[in-house]
Amino acid sequence: MNRLNLALLAMIGAMAALPLFGGPYALRLGTIAAMYAILALSWNVVGGFAGYPSFATAAFFGFGAYATGVLLGHGWPLALALITALAASFVLAGLLGAVLLRLRGHYFAIASLSLVEVLRELVNNATDLTGGGMGLNIPLAAGSGVLADATFFFYAMWALLLATALMVIAISMSKLGFGLACIRQNETAADMVGLNSTLYKSIAFGLSACFVSAAGGLYAAWVHYIDPSDVFDILYSVKPIVMALMGGLGSPFGVVCGAFVYLALEEVVWRNYIQIHSGVLGVLIVMLLLLLPHGLISLHWRMFWRRAKHA
Amino acid sequence: MPEILRLDAVCRRFSGLQALSEVTLGISSGEVLGLIGPNGAGKTTLVNTVCGVTPASSGRVIFMGQDITGIKTYQAARRGLSRTFQIVQPFAELTVLDNVAAAALFSQAGESLKSAREEARAHLAFVGLEAQAGQSAATLTLAMRKRLELAKALAMKPKLLFLDEVNAGLNSAEVEKATALIHQLAADGITIVMIEHLMKVVLNVCSRIAVLHNGRLIADGPPREVIRNPAVVEAYLGQQYAQRSAGHG
Amino acid sequence: MLVAQVLINALVLGCLYACIAIGFSLVWGVLNVINLIHGSFIVLGSYLAWGLYQSLKIPPWYALIVAAPLFFILGYLLQRLLLNRVISAPVLVTLTLTFGLDLILNNAMIYFFKADYRKLTLNPPIGSVSLFDVVVPVDRLIATASALALTGLLYLLLRRSRVGRAIVAVRLDRDAAVLMGVDVKSIYAIAFGLGAALAGCAGVLMALIFPISPLSSSTFLGKAFVVCVLGGLGSVSGALAGGLLLALVEGVGSATIGPSHATTLSFALLIVFLILRPQGLLGRKGFE
Repeated sequence: MNRLNLALLAMIGAMAALPLFGGPYALRLGTIAAMYAILALSWNVVGGFAGYPSFATAAFFGFGAYATGVLLGHGWPLALALITALAASFVLAGLLGAVLLRLRGHYFAIASLSLVEVLRELVNNATDLTGGGMGLNIPLAAGSGVLADATFFFYAMWALLLATALMVIAISMSKLGFGLACIRQNETAADMVGLNSTLYKSIAFGLSACFVSAAGGLYAAWVHYIDPSDVFDILYSVKPIVMALMGGLGSPFGVVCGAFVYLALEEVVWRNYIQIHSGVLGVLIVMLLLLLPHGLISLHWRMFWRRAKHA
Repeated sequence: MPEILRLDAVCRRFSGLQALSEVTLGISSGEVLGLIGPNGAGKTTLVNTVCGVTPASSGRVIFMGQDITGIKTYQAARRGLSRTFQIVQPFAELTVLDNVAAAALFSQAGESLKSAREEARAHLAFVGLEAQAGQSAATLTLAMRKRLELAKALAMKPKLLFLDEVNAGLNSAEVEKATALIHQLAADGITIVMIEHLMKVVLNVCSRIAVLHNGRLIADGPPREVIRNPAVVEAYLGQQYAQRSAGHG
Repeated sequence: MLVAQVLINALVLGCLYACIAIGFSLVWGVLNVINLIHGSFIVLGSYLAWGLYQSLKIPPWYALIVAAPLFFILGYLLQRLLLNRVISAPVLVTLTLTFGLDLILNNAMIYFFKADYRKLTLNPPIGSVSLFDVVVPVDRLIATASALALTGLLYLLLRRSRVGRAIVAVRLDRDAAVLMGVDVKSIYAIAFGLGAALAGCAGVLMALIFPISPLSSSTFLGKAFVVCVLGGLGSVSGALAGGLLLALVEGVGSATIGPSHATTLSFALLIVFLILRPQGLLGRKGFE
């Protein structure tokens, strides 16, 4: 396990201590931070490792939110509902992946984006099951009291983050990760050396979806009320990409750092410029892409190199 | 010698262009077949069709007794069909060693990354690239990249190896080295089909020559016979070459 | 609903869809950039038409004359100064960049104009026309005619003018165009400017028919996408074909399974086409 992966695990480990230092606000922020990190890490599997620019994250986030919400509404325990949502989305994404990942570049990006739209409309129209445009009320799933609730959901999201990070690290060290790297660099050559690229891509897409769905499910249980335009929001597809671009594509540690930095910026902007916060997000994205195309992680190494030269 | 590959009336169309017409060809195990013909004759298309990159529009491809018409590329690779590309296709960010290890890892069952890397070293040694093992593939010269292609193809433990213009872009010293490697492979018993424009190499190495022109097989036989075939001279070799080689007998 | 009415509606709407999409298609086909700001440009054009009518009583068909150059300059500068820097970057970067720019524009519009829907109502209203049993509102007719005129103008521009031929050359083979002496950077900027101008003009026309709000920008963008994939990229005939097909599918779908499913249907159709026929009905495939 290389140093960056160890650093990632250490960082996540340190996060666990948060409830000791913070009240409800810090816990809320921490839960969102963990959620963002899950989304970014998951996206990195298909976008960073395999090189397919997926905009489908919101589709699976919403899927998980609704699957879990509906199951909770039928009296299922939270853990079981989440695991079901996770498994279902893995299979769904795997099947969709086999079809959609035959497309490359722009076409794949659009197809994955359309997935979000299609799922949102389907949920919107399935009023009997999901409440449609009126939203879905989700029964309280955990203990009582604001702090207990907040702590519970923080640890739940944190545990999910740990699981996601372990999955991603395992991939990066495995034959699957090696294969995805080959696919990213030269898919034709990958086929030629005997790699079943359709299978690998489907698995990658499935893995990129399942933890996102679980996070969506936890989110739904946490906020108690969801509606289609809330959870199938394109921003849930774009933000992880921005976080990954910020932190440095391909590196799980970088991606999570990007998620945390992004959240910090978002909070600052939201608190101070609420009316124009999406505009400010837009400015951030533009500046990031024009000035720091390789992410924050490139900044770090560049500084290190500059120092070494003058040593 | 048993037949290892057979093409039966194989055709391949690309919306309006008949790239291969009724190609019927048998290749015996252990031989070195030269596949020659003018540009656009369909030589690379033939390789692509056998290896599953562009499936045949009609006809059959039989490899080691099994009908493999229309199988997927990775399946062909795992069955023992290996090829190099005219325009080399390395994994640019991986090291030279990992490029070859990838080939060993994915084409053979039961390999781990570790064992694949060990095997890769041996193949790199064979083509003379051990010194570059730790370098990124993007830093190699063209001649070295061609040898890397070959090492990758060999790491797949092929039963039949297609060499697509391995000598394009190489100077004569590099061509000599490449030819020596091919001789060695043939001696080791791998069946080889080489697409080649350098007649010197073809005559040096090949036990048989097949000639494609406009997607059709126009000649197939021992080298000395084929180069004297008037259709072949007309389509590809040219009168001057024919006269020169006739002079040499 | 009478079959003829459904068909006529589809024809009218199809031309409008084509107009919405043609600028988007041009930019995608020539620059290989999916311009996510396109929808917001259209909405901005609508606001321009609305503003000109409210304050100066200039009707939309004249507003076109103002809109076209204004938007052309906007698009040209945007490409030259910003987008050009990432023109050779992977899909991910250009998509995210235009997404970010769209966030800025959209947020600005919400901030300055507020999100409520406005309607440009012509005073005096111009009613509708009916032939046999088929009714068509005159404003839609005018919008359709103008849309066709715009697409016709673009077609002539691409076919007959030097700049147009250069644009087509770059679309067909960028590298060859460079070798022929075409200043590709300029062409990119011109093409993007044209795309923006077409979007702005489409917006002016849309103001006649649809309510105006920044919230509609993603709807317009979505339509543009679908039309491009259905019809094929970078060609006027492709946009028309795609527009007509989409309008037809929506119209028939609305009449048979209900209007609420119309959007789902169009996106599902998009996915089907992407998988089975990515080059669309008439087009050549865009770049990868």
